[in-house]
Amino acid sequence: MDTPIILEARHISKKFYDPSEFTVLSDISFSINKGEFVSVVGKSGCGKSTLLYILSTMDTDYEGELVIDQESMADKKEKELAKIRNDKIGFVFQFHYLLNEFTVLRNIMLPALKQDRFSEKEIEEKARQKLEMLDMGKLANKKPNKLSGGEKQRVAIARALINEPHIIMGDEPTGNLDKKNSEIVFDIFQRLSTEFNKTLLIVTHDNSFASRTNRLIEMEDGRIIRQ
Amino acid sequence: MNFKLIFSIARSLLLARWRQTLVAAIGVTFGIATFVALLSFMTGLNNLLDGLILNRTPHVRLYKEIKPSEQQPVSVSGLFNGFYNFISSIKAGDNRLEIYNNGFIMQALKKDPRIRGFVPRITAQVFFNNGTVDINGIINGTDAEEETRLFGFSQYIIEGRAEDLQQIPNSIILGIGLAKRLQVHIGDMVNITTPAGDRYRLKVIGIYQSGVNEYDKVQSYATIKTTQKILGKANNYITDIAIKTRDIRTAPAIAREYAKLFDTDAEDIQTANAQFETGSSVRLTISYSVGITLLIVAGFGIYNILNMMIYEKMDSIAILKATGFSGADVKRIFITISLSIGSFGGLMGLIFGFLLSKGIGHIPFTTPALPTVKTFPINYNPLLYSIGIVFSLITTYLAGYFPARKAGKVDPVIIIRGK
Repeated sequence: MDTPIILEARHISKKFYDPSEFTVLSDISFSINKGEFVSVVGKSGCGKSTLLYILSTMDTDYEGELVIDQESMADKKEKELAKIRNDKIGFVFQFHYLLNEFTVLRNIMLPALKQDRFSEKEIEEKARQKLEMLDMGKLANKKPNKLSGGEKQRVAIARALINEPHIIMGDEPTGNLDKKNSEIVFDIFQRLSTEFNKTLLIVTHDNSFASRTNRLIEMEDGRIIRQ
Repeated sequence: MNFKLIFSIARSLLLARWRQTLVAAIGVTFGIATFVALLSFMTGLNNLLDGLILNRTPHVRLYKEIKPSEQQPVSVSGLFNGFYNFISSIKAGDNRLEIYNNGFIMQALKKDPRIRGFVPRITAQVFFNNGTVDINGIINGTDAEEETRLFGFSQYIIEGRAEDLQQIPNSIILGIGLAKRLQVHIGDMVNITTPAGDRYRLKVIGIYQSGVNEYDKVQSYATIKTTQKILGKANNYITDIAIKTRDIRTAPAIAREYAKLFDTDAEDIQTANAQFETGSSVRLTISYSVGITLLIVAGFGIYNILNMMIYEKMDSIAILKATGFSGADVKRIFITISLSIGSFGGLMGLIFGFLLSKGIGHIPFTTPALPTVKTFPINYNPLLYSIGIVFSLITTYLAGYFPARKAGKVDPVIIIRGK
């Protein structure tokens, strides 16, 4: 295979013990190659979000093995996982989670400032490029609370892209948006996939969204039923 | 570690809630200002009151006490070796008040590095003649210059100058009570009679007020030479040596050592004035407790505000963690917030505390016991200010630590999924 594997789940299982023992995920195995645009669909409560948070390294309470970029996530410390999230994963959530204390530009810059690989000037330049790419150049110096829902979500996407992550993960990124803005966000993802060859893993229950992605993983009761 | 970033995030969180932050900082300011003002005033007062006695008291005093010999002839004699001897009502023999060999002792003292200085003194009992009435008094023969350097002698001269004692022959400085009883002023002559019956005329060149009334009624000062002349003694006659050590705590050990080495009596300041230290330390403890209590209250204020801030900023904490900030980074952000409140509030507290103590320092405070003091005494010791700022940083650090730790442990998954 020419395209390298970006992310691999090996026999991942997870149980909740509260209020009673309940298996959320059982024996999930799959892998994602570079450049793929994958969506995970399933009914509410099927465990797709839980899976995403495990794959994102934020949830570490599971059985099985997660490999990101040929590197096993087992036995990594909280600090190392934070570094991996910073370097290799970009997030877009249902809610935008922008910091109202900072300008749009600064919000986008934060993960890169944390990474501390480039100078502040270079980071600012990159952040402006990302905004331009998403047609939002003129909003750079506004505070997030002055933006519309669709604009906020696009800023959140720009923030996810700032560190050139290996994979972009989305948890219902269009869940809070109207039809028109959902289309805009989908188009952006589509462009990232085709034009920039980015890898995307999006959890959604929007079937029209899912049906247009390259690959569909369908889940039910904590298992993958089709991929 | 990227402190610049952490600092900039902390700053914007602070500024977003600047009113609450200000209230928290004012709490610290109030605590520190009170702490500084209270302690400046308390230690100022302590120093003044202690100085009333302690500054004038030698750390070690060498003298010769009149007492019967410990080795009575009967016990020395070989004849009565096998007997028990009982002698009652032993009297002191032909003892002299003079410190023997004082030239040698003073030379040894000069070489001792633990000693800041010493003043040889003579105490002479005399009668001051006021017409037909004789008033009992004491003339202290001393070296005014050294006495001023070591024991602040000139501070207590309310009329005249201490240096004149050395320059004007047959001069005397009287205690204010004594001068009143004798009805004399500067420039007048006083007649004295020694126990031996000799009469002298001395010129009053100064008035002395120690603040201790009993003392001022009997004490007077003259030079060593004058006193030796009055007593009809040779010029090596010395009854006391008042020693000031470099470190007051070494006084008891030095006193014991000298008593043995020079074969004199030696008394240290701790034995002579034990109660003063107790009083000072109690006052100091009370002031510190009040100051620290205020700071702890301010600390709880900061704790509350940070806790609230963390609940409000859960989303921000979650996204910071999701995008690569570790728990330690988040913790640092909130500790930075807390310490900023602490250092800002603390610095303001130092300034206000300084102004407050300046204000207290202008309140009139006159008492006949303390002639040189006109307003409340304030101690502007930089150490108090350093303690203040260190305390403010410690309390705010502790107040910030627990909320910050909680923020560091926030699980982003729970926050983000909860939406």
